[in-house]
Amino acid sequence: MRRDGMFAVAKDQLDPLICELAHDGYTVIGPTIRDGAITYDEITSAAMLPRGWTQETDGGHYRLKRRTDDACFGFVVGPHSLKRYLFPSRLKLFSVTRDGQGGFSPDVEPPPAPKYAFVGVRSCDLAAVAVQDMVFNSEMPDPYYRQVREQMFVVAVNCAEPGGTCFCSSMDTGPRCSAGYDLAITELSTSFAMEVGSERGQAMLERVRHEEADANARHLVDLMMSTAAKHNMGRSLDTADLPEILMSNLEHRQWDQAGNRCLACANCTLVCPTCFCNNIYDRTDLSGDHADRYRNWGSCFALEFTYHTGGYIRSSRRARYRQWLTHKLASWHGQFGTSGCVGCGRCITWCPVGIDITVEATAIADDVRESLKRHGSGTKTEEADV
Amino acid sequence: MSTSLSQRPPIVTHASLPMVPTMARLIDRVQETSNTFTCRLEFVDPEAAARFRFYPGQFNMVYLFGVGEAAISISSDPDDLSSIQHTIRHVGSVTFAVSRLEVGDVLGIRGPFGSNWPLEACRGRDVLLVAGGIGIAPLRPAIYQILKHREQYGRLILLYGVRSPKDMIYREEVEAWSKRRDFQVMCTVDYPDPQWIGPVGVVTSLMRRVRLDSARTSVLVCGPRVMNREAAHSFLSHHVPEEHIFVSLERNMRCGIGQCGHCQYGPKFVCKDGPVFSYDSVRTMFSKEEV
Amino acid sequence: MAAANKKNPKLAVYKFSSCDGCQLSLLDLEDELLDLLGAVNISYFLEARRHVEPGPYDIGLVEGSISTQDEAERIVEVRRECRHLITIGACATSGGIQALKNWADVEQFKRTVYAHPEFIETLDTASPIAAHVLVDFELRGCPVNKYQIVEVLTALIVGRRPQIPTYSVCVECKRAGYVCVLVSGGLPCLGPVTQAGCGALCPAYGRGCYSCFGPCDSANPRALCGHFEQHGTRRGDLVRMLRSFNGYLEPFKQTGDEYESSLNTKQDLGVRD
Repeated sequence: MRRDGMFAVAKDQLDPLICELAHDGYTVIGPTIRDGAITYDEITSAAMLPRGWTQETDGGHYRLKRRTDDACFGFVVGPHSLKRYLFPSRLKLFSVTRDGQGGFSPDVEPPPAPKYAFVGVRSCDLAAVAVQDMVFNSEMPDPYYRQVREQMFVVAVNCAEPGGTCFCSSMDTGPRCSAGYDLAITELSTSFAMEVGSERGQAMLERVRHEEADANARHLVDLMMSTAAKHNMGRSLDTADLPEILMSNLEHRQWDQAGNRCLACANCTLVCPTCFCNNIYDRTDLSGDHADRYRNWGSCFALEFTYHTGGYIRSSRRARYRQWLTHKLASWHGQFGTSGCVGCGRCITWCPVGIDITVEATAIADDVRESLKRHGSGTKTEEADV
Repeated sequence: MSTSLSQRPPIVTHASLPMVPTMARLIDRVQETSNTFTCRLEFVDPEAAARFRFYPGQFNMVYLFGVGEAAISISSDPDDLSSIQHTIRHVGSVTFAVSRLEVGDVLGIRGPFGSNWPLEACRGRDVLLVAGGIGIAPLRPAIYQILKHREQYGRLILLYGVRSPKDMIYREEVEAWSKRRDFQVMCTVDYPDPQWIGPVGVVTSLMRRVRLDSARTSVLVCGPRVMNREAAHSFLSHHVPEEHIFVSLERNMRCGIGQCGHCQYGPKFVCKDGPVFSYDSVRTMFSKEEV
Repeated sequence: MAAANKKNPKLAVYKFSSCDGCQLSLLDLEDELLDLLGAVNISYFLEARRHVEPGPYDIGLVEGSISTQDEAERIVEVRRECRHLITIGACATSGGIQALKNWADVEQFKRTVYAHPEFIETLDTASPIAAHVLVDFELRGCPVNKYQIVEVLTALIVGRRPQIPTYSVCVECKRAGYVCVLVSGGLPCLGPVTQAGCGALCPAYGRGCYSCFGPCDSANPRALCGHFEQHGTRRGDLVRMLRSFNGYLEPFKQTGDEYESSLNTKQDLGVRD
């Protein structure tokens, strides 16, 4: 039976939890320090967590920093997200071999999908998985994605200290995890407050030392979360009427400015936990008898992504930046009924020149809202269809 | 309106692997022009053949071993499922590879994908078809269907524009159609040859020759981008209601199921929301550049 | 082997002004070399074998830039005897390191380097092959990525478009899961303006990309260099960064030239008195 409520778990129980997960056949993926950042990698013990570390983030800027305490999860999202495990950057879809009689036969053996346990997942990233579910796990599910998705285990962490480029509270995706986890941790100074999100989570909780949390702990968690949401977000975005404003101002001068600064290097799309664009292509060997069909991460910033017989659909950087931003914040609503942005801030942090989605969108929105106020409705905007 | 996703024919493919093509054999090829040909295909697996149905305006992803896939509209009669026809102009490496196939060779098919011409909604109305170049290919299944149920429709008009007389595809069929009393066919060319006695100019210039009862006309348009735009705007100026102007858009569809992101068009995926759109559903993007 | 594969395309490999590194990449293929020998007839490849089969050839791979009058004449002959001409490496596709002389006084170089400059015959510029003859495909890099050579040859034989990306190094870097050295380390990495193909080799080892593959398709070096300048990189250093391997390719050339013309002081230049 799944138990509601909150449990107190000592910090030294994290290591047993990781071992239990490994014991159940999970490949445990968690935050760890690599090459000057907190990345997701395979971990085999709690000692591999970036205990006592945090980061400083801003547009185009990320630096690891020592904390004054030894918190286990005193940092926010790094460059990686769950995307690279659910939707790998390169995946062989199937192979094809010539049958020697003018035909060929596809090898439709479904690709093996690992069983992952993700530790330390933030609420923005859980929201991102829910967003990608609508792409890869709906009408025509991607078999690999579905398999990883169904068998994965999530130990989430609520963010008490959002980072410099975070704005999940604006996107209504955090800082507190609301769904999509098996266990969720809020780190208190001397212990974890743990919540259970699934039967599997409950069963796992039973395997580590825990006790009912007292009322003080619950209040403390509530207070920490509301403070984080209200006061500690590094960025913010007013999303009211934003989709309509963006889609009806596709010729706004701000796009020109962004296009001049944008490198079209594609970093924002690749670190984005919801960006799903991909390329599908054949690799053949020199004999010509065998072909492998691969899928890899694509990006709307790549010129060749927009190639179509007779030319490129979006040949300017301006158009590609506009496509990306309007897709994230506006047209995603028309496609999937939700925003494509979860407010994780990665696109801001990892843009080499620090272009900020909240600043760009706000510049357009404020200008339009201002001029609507001055001139009454409908004077500034083109038609919108979101 | 075109059909919703759930009403469409099933996609013939391996049930759990949407990206795996089903094998089909080339059984015949007809050269239409110097760079365009029509090939007839037949599924190798009879079960796949039995499952395959499509609506006029839908497309298949055609896979060539080792080369890749291209989105190609289906140009045969939806009621004749003994074979599938694709009319192809070789412009890229896939279409070029198809042009090099010999009868008996095998290629891959995934499909059918996308929305269809709204023939239901056109019932009882005049139907005006506007085709530019190879744009007549996705319209041909619609023409077959309308002619088969001719009494259910009002006037039927085809305006067909090509670069030069030798670029006309389905020439014999177009001639046969033009001899029918219940089908008004007008062709125009950009570059006439000495034998050409018909109109010269862009296809929209033919509209002057058509008496249009705007309120009761449905327009189906398929051609190059510029032609689509010109045609749609010109019908709007003739007061054809937006929701009765349908345009089939050419775009870089890669997966067919809205997962690869290539064919995005504002809030639409051309591969599953299109390729046939009513004008009102794409109005905001239609005149914008680089959307 | 050649006799057994009469129908295989005939391959020729040519060298112009270069270090031979790209040709060595071809020989360095190891695992794929035997497959390659089974798929093409190597008819002319002086670096590898003395035996030469007469042209014409189906595929010509060209390494090196055009730096002398003799080369400028010879490349026209090469083009005539090859059905498909593919240039390999930074020298052949941009002029390479040698193209640094395009901004300098070649006579002075000659006098400085050679005891008898009167014996040196050289053009004033080193230029890419495509500046002289029609090139069917270009493979960038110093040296080229050997797997890209295999890919182009395979695609040519199969009859499809080669999968040679023109997007940025960042795409490969992020796909591999490397941490961005520019954002997390503050290194002036040229990856965002450089064409992929190397597999983000330098960032993988914690250093910035120095653009041996040259500009990517929509490169915006002005914006990137503006960013570096704000973060303390001197203009003179920016000019040198842009003009290493592929400085003669646009838009690197234009941005480099603009920065050079804006240099005021020796401090900007970063030169010692």
